[in-house]
Amino acid sequence: MSGEAKPDAQYAVELKDVKKSFDGKDFVLNGIDLQIPKGMITVVIGYSGTGKSVLLKHILGLLKPTSGSIKVSGKEITELNDQELAKIRQHYGMLFQYAALFDDMTAIENVIFPLREHRRDLSKGEMLKVAKDRLKDAGLDPKHFNKMPAEMSGGMRKRVGLARALALDPEILIYDEPTTGLDPVLTEMVDNLIVSTHNLRKGSTSIVVSHDLYAAFRIADHVAMLDNGRVLLYGTPDDFLKSDIDLVKRFVSKGVRKELQPKGGESDAGETEEPARSTE
Amino acid sequence: MTRQEWRALSYGEKREHFNEAFNRFFKWILSGFVGFIMATGELVRFGHSSVKLAFTRPFRWDQIVSHMEFVGNKSIVIICLSGLFTGLALATQIYLGFKIVNMTSMVGPTVGLGVLRELGPVLTGLIVSARAGGAMAARLGTMRVTEQIDALEVMGVDPIQYLVSPRIIATVLVMPLLTAVFDFVAMIGCYLICVYLFDIDQASFVARTTEWLEPFHLWEGLFKGALFGLFFAVICTMRGYNTKGGAEGVGNSTNEGVVTSMVMIIVLDFFLTNLINAFYNITGNMFS
Repeated sequence: MSGEAKPDAQYAVELKDVKKSFDGKDFVLNGIDLQIPKGMITVVIGYSGTGKSVLLKHILGLLKPTSGSIKVSGKEITELNDQELAKIRQHYGMLFQYAALFDDMTAIENVIFPLREHRRDLSKGEMLKVAKDRLKDAGLDPKHFNKMPAEMSGGMRKRVGLARALALDPEILIYDEPTTGLDPVLTEMVDNLIVSTHNLRKGSTSIVVSHDLYAAFRIADHVAMLDNGRVLLYGTPDDFLKSDIDLVKRFVSKGVRKELQPKGGESDAGETEEPARSTE
Repeated sequence: MTRQEWRALSYGEKREHFNEAFNRFFKWILSGFVGFIMATGELVRFGHSSVKLAFTRPFRWDQIVSHMEFVGNKSIVIICLSGLFTGLALATQIYLGFKIVNMTSMVGPTVGLGVLRELGPVLTGLIVSARAGGAMAARLGTMRVTEQIDALEVMGVDPIQYLVSPRIIATVLVMPLLTAVFDFVAMIGCYLICVYLFDIDQASFVARTTEWLEPFHLWEGLFKGALFGLFFAVICTMRGYNTKGGAEGVGNSTNEGVVTSMVMIIVLDFFLTNLINAFYNITGNMFS
């Protein structure tokens, strides 16, 4: 079985009745059915401990489900071996919660790293050019290109992490809790960055795992809410605002301010680090 | 339970108490044994896959060289210092003993045998495992808790091949060299103290030493050094790689890695010495 994806697949990621138990008794994922469409931003939300991170690890192939099917670009990944999974993972780019930059490399070396590993056909000069372009796309000032991660602020690290995720031109971009622990200004900057990156890369799919509903509604085309290892509700941000499900109502009332509207086609995001609009 | 209470029990009750205590003791022994077997199995599996991955593409020569520099070059000063003072101290003790039986000319060969076959590889192993092994466990542990290892995996890079295998191979290659340096400096220390402080004749020292020491004593020590390097590198990288939790987890992994490595080096040395002696006996090359 090869690790090649099917380019004509309708969904970027498809999960069917995915169950996962670590001890054989309690199920962290208890029958997840989720179809993430290509070319859209899908945000997966839920309270802490509802299985968001475990779901993410399944999509990435870092964990195998106890039962069920996971397809990435139409390719079943649950039966792949490590080498085949490594090939599939080249279709992903991932921004980690705290960027997970290699702390013994500069910003630009971090971005060059995936190119050095997987694009051996490129010369050193070409790799450097791609890395610089990606860092610029992510909005990092060139004067910071040779800084070590320890010398960078949280926002700069996120930008470098995003540039590294974009290095291999992935079909699917995954963001793991991208705004957790950031102040409101940085949170908005990261949200804008997600939208602008998505708009810049036509056809790419973005999956954002978050518990920040406010951010989710600003950027999402679709939202999936997890509860007890299942998808409680999947729909547009409007569907969430209109939902009668008690848990969704409570989550929405706590997470979203009344006057906030869903994304709905606005495209002011991604231009600057300053707040794109007032949140109050 | 007090003595009076124990005496008040019937024979059946006493037997029941005894059986219960025996069961607990047996379970404790059994769980310890099973735990030891499991840990050894895990260690062997981790070491085997790491060494195997070192010889699969893409080869990480630059990583190996960089870790050789870290393990070897940066340990040279402490190895030289330790070697020098080990040679000085050992020669002093042996001189004081041999002087009683008027055999001071044998100080050189005795120190030489002790250093080349035992102290050289063991002390080098202990020192380098504490310095480089601890650093390996801490580095990999930090990478694990800051998701850098996950990032490698997500990028389709095998973290064991990229992070662990080069460290193990570099340590195995460098440890015999460090052992040789330790041996050399220790013998220099022994020579200096014997010739310049204890007035042992220089020609006699050199003649006796070269007469009694054979090249295979050196090879034995270097082989032990390489094996100790393999053991502590696998133990420390495995502990670091499997770190759980935050900063506390990194501290625990480093501590466990270094302590386990040190104990293992000493235990392994005993068995290795006997195995090598048995090998010499069988092949008829035993030094006697």
